[in-house]
Amino acid sequence: MITISKDNYGKILAHAEKNLPEEACGLIAGRIDGENKHIEKVYLLTNIDHSNEHFSLDPKEQLAAIKDMRQNGLTPLGNWHSHPESPSRPSDEDKRLAYDSKASYLILSLQDRVKPVLNSFHIEGVDATNEGLVIE
Amino acid sequence: MFITVAGNKKEYKDGLTVAELIEAEKIDNPLYVTVSVNEEFVENGTFESTTLKDGDTVEFLYFMGGGC
Repeated sequence: MITISKDNYGKILAHAEKNLPEEACGLIAGRIDGENKHIEKVYLLTNIDHSNEHFSLDPKEQLAAIKDMRQNGLTPLGNWHSHPESPSRPSDEDKRLAYDSKASYLILSLQDRVKPVLNSFHIEGVDATNEGLVIE
Repeated sequence: MFITVAGNKKEYKDGLTVAELIEAEKIDNPLYVTVSVNEEFVENGTFESTTLKDGDTVEFLYFMGGGC
């Protein structure tokens, strides 16, 4: 299971909506408690692809975020990105580019703008497992 | 010499290259890792010729991207 506060979920959602029609992206950090992960901070980064079909995190912003996590005693947990027009599930490209098997990959679907869907996945090769995200 | 790797101070032999450090640190999928030394990004293809020195701070960043 992985948890995120309503406040942090709101930050992701607002950033994703602000960046439409492009995909939005960022990082997540927090703590690991046994098999559970708890997201305590979300980072809103720039999609340097500026595309509605692809995203790449800005490496400079990524480095700054990693330093911030370390300074605040947070563990890097993974990343998040939005799917403006497709469901909340990893695409083939998402799987192909998921190089860190320890990371959680959050995907926010804005396909239905009235009912956004956020899920978290563990991705290893072509296998993606829904981690059971809880917004609390 | 002492270098700081991902926030941890470690002792390594003098003249260590970035490529050797990647191997020593057992970095997964090294082809998809971006390396910064003292907050400057090391160009891909120069890992074997980039030598680290005492006091350097090194970070490894996975490329993070995808589609929809």
